[in-house]
Amino acid sequence: MSTLLELSGVSVSFDGFRAINNLSFQIGEPELRAIIGPNGAGKTTFMDIVTGKTRPDEGTVIWGEKSVSLLRMSESHIARAGIGRKFQKPTVFESQTVRENLAMALKNPRGPFDVLLYRKSAQGAARIEEIAAEVGLLDHLPRMAGELSHGQKQWLEIGMLLAQEPRLLLVDEPAAGMTPAEREHTTDLLKRLARKHAVVVVEHDMEFVRRLDCKVTVLHEGSVLAEGSLDHVVKNKEVIDVYLGR
Amino acid sequence: MKNRSFLAQNPSILWFIAAIAIFTLGATLMSEAAGTGLISTSFVKTLGKTLCLMLVAIAMDVVWGYCGILSLGHMAFFGLGGYAIGMWLMYARTEIIVAESLAAATIPPTPQEVSDAIASQIFGVVGTNKFPWIWTFADSLFLQLLMVVLVPGLLALVFGWLAFRSRVTGVYLSILTQAMTLALSLYLFQNDSGLRGNNGLSGLQNLPGLDGVPQATVSIAFLWASALALALGYVLFAWVVSGKMGSVIRGVRDNEARVRFLGYHVESYKLFVFTITAVVAGIAGALYYPQAGIINPAEVAPIASIYLAVWVAIGGRGRLYGAAIGAAVVSLLSSWFTSGGAPNIDLGIYVINWTDWWLVLLGVSFVAVTLFFPKGIGGLFDLFIRNDKRAPDAVEARRREAAE
Repeated sequence: MSTLLELSGVSVSFDGFRAINNLSFQIGEPELRAIIGPNGAGKTTFMDIVTGKTRPDEGTVIWGEKSVSLLRMSESHIARAGIGRKFQKPTVFESQTVRENLAMALKNPRGPFDVLLYRKSAQGAARIEEIAAEVGLLDHLPRMAGELSHGQKQWLEIGMLLAQEPRLLLVDEPAAGMTPAEREHTTDLLKRLARKHAVVVVEHDMEFVRRLDCKVTVLHEGSVLAEGSLDHVVKNKEVIDVYLGR
Repeated sequence: MKNRSFLAQNPSILWFIAAIAIFTLGATLMSEAAGTGLISTSFVKTLGKTLCLMLVAIAMDVVWGYCGILSLGHMAFFGLGGYAIGMWLMYARTEIIVAESLAAATIPPTPQEVSDAIASQIFGVVGTNKFPWIWTFADSLFLQLLMVVLVPGLLALVFGWLAFRSRVTGVYLSILTQAMTLALSLYLFQNDSGLRGNNGLSGLQNLPGLDGVPQATVSIAFLWASALALALGYVLFAWVVSGKMGSVIRGVRDNEARVRFLGYHVESYKLFVFTITAVVAGIAGALYYPQAGIINPAEVAPIASIYLAVWVAIGGRGRLYGAAIGAAVVSLLSSWFTSGGAPNIDLGIYVINWTDWWLVLLGVSFVAVTLFFPKGIGGLFDLFIRNDKRAPDAVEARRREAAE
């Protein structure tokens, strides 16, 4: 397992509030990692920094074998480099069909002229159907994404993430709004993906994290409070104080 | 997956082209040129101009209705196209007049004298007799036609690059585009702008070398050219907004950040849409002003671009034929009301004079459409067409869900 993403000494403040405070974090490929922490611990800001939405005040973010800095890259460039993100609130293109949503995410050249001259291929269509089957939306391909239920939108977004074929998947609260059966399916899917990719899951639900059965990073006030197996971190005195013992 | 042809997926293209063809043929048969004279030559010109406005309206619909960029400056590109062709028309025609008057001279004039004579003919009204540098290519029809495309295209490219790169969006971008068209119009109003200040360019209806051809025939030629440009523009934009490109463009409109996180460089897409629509607006302007006969800086005033947005809103954003219908209906009604076509209404205590009240009526319609009929006139088609061919699938899927 080689290191894919490394943050060191990252800090960022918004109007004097330190959202991330000297955060250091590493993830290898392949690896499954859960990030937990109370509200305001900096989980979403962490994802914003990695995906280029927020620029840190200090610190470095290093990516891949060539150790390139992500801090100078635009959001779209970072996404093309292989970092995919699933948002907490499902954000799909509601006025487009499930198929169109997946087709847009499908790994293909992203320039305007590539897209303008893009021809639908049987290969692409097969890939879309494969992904749709994976996330249980095969029967819903021609439907408008806006018509889907909340859980189905979650699935569609996961499907879009898969279609991008990223190396690192940042998944924010994937199980929100899902039925117990769907949660189980999500855990299986994430674990399967983590055999080949780096997967970071931000989650509130302890039961879900336990089922992921992976290394856990606890964030608190913008820095790492504890790291290790779930059983290990829940015994940590500080963790109990700030998070579990609420 | 069914890989249906582009036309089969966009049935509106054939309907639209058929409607344009029938309209153009009908107008031609009724014109003075065809001998029937059921409609006057000036009305044929009005119809031809309307086709040009429909073309710029579908361009506006692509940039606003599909890509979500409310540009309030696209009529600047339209005007620049008009100025570009107007320069050649004015130059070439003045050249012929000057050549005729100098032909009688006993000593043959030098090229410099000819050039000075043309310049003083054109620019005497703004107190100069030198050609400004921007008229360098005015003697070449080919180069000026190139300018019709290049000048609006380059302006849009540079302006768009600066604005989109800085992530200016929403109402701030609209204000910026208004500032652009205002600045352009103020600049053109100056006498030393090189484009005859507030006099603008005139006599554009007279085609150089075709003095013998009656305006009735010229008007029909421009009607056909405008119809052809509109049809081609419609096909071009229908192609751009279909398929994966359309998907990404609508994605930019609905959730720009999400498109970015999918790895698309949103700014390039906006720049592409902004520039290609500006180029089409320039072409529309180049066809419009020879039919109007005159172009002056008032044509690129901010209000013109606001009207363009109003046409598209009333016609229906997000569908090309809606924008085209909106432009046709509103601009024709506008000329009917403001030219005294509509009878004034005498209320006894007050007379509603439509030339004054038309703007109020337009404003009220705009507010009403925005509030109550966001799909505009184009939305009426949904009542007649079973628009959702996927409906059986969706119904089936919903039934299955309910059963689960």
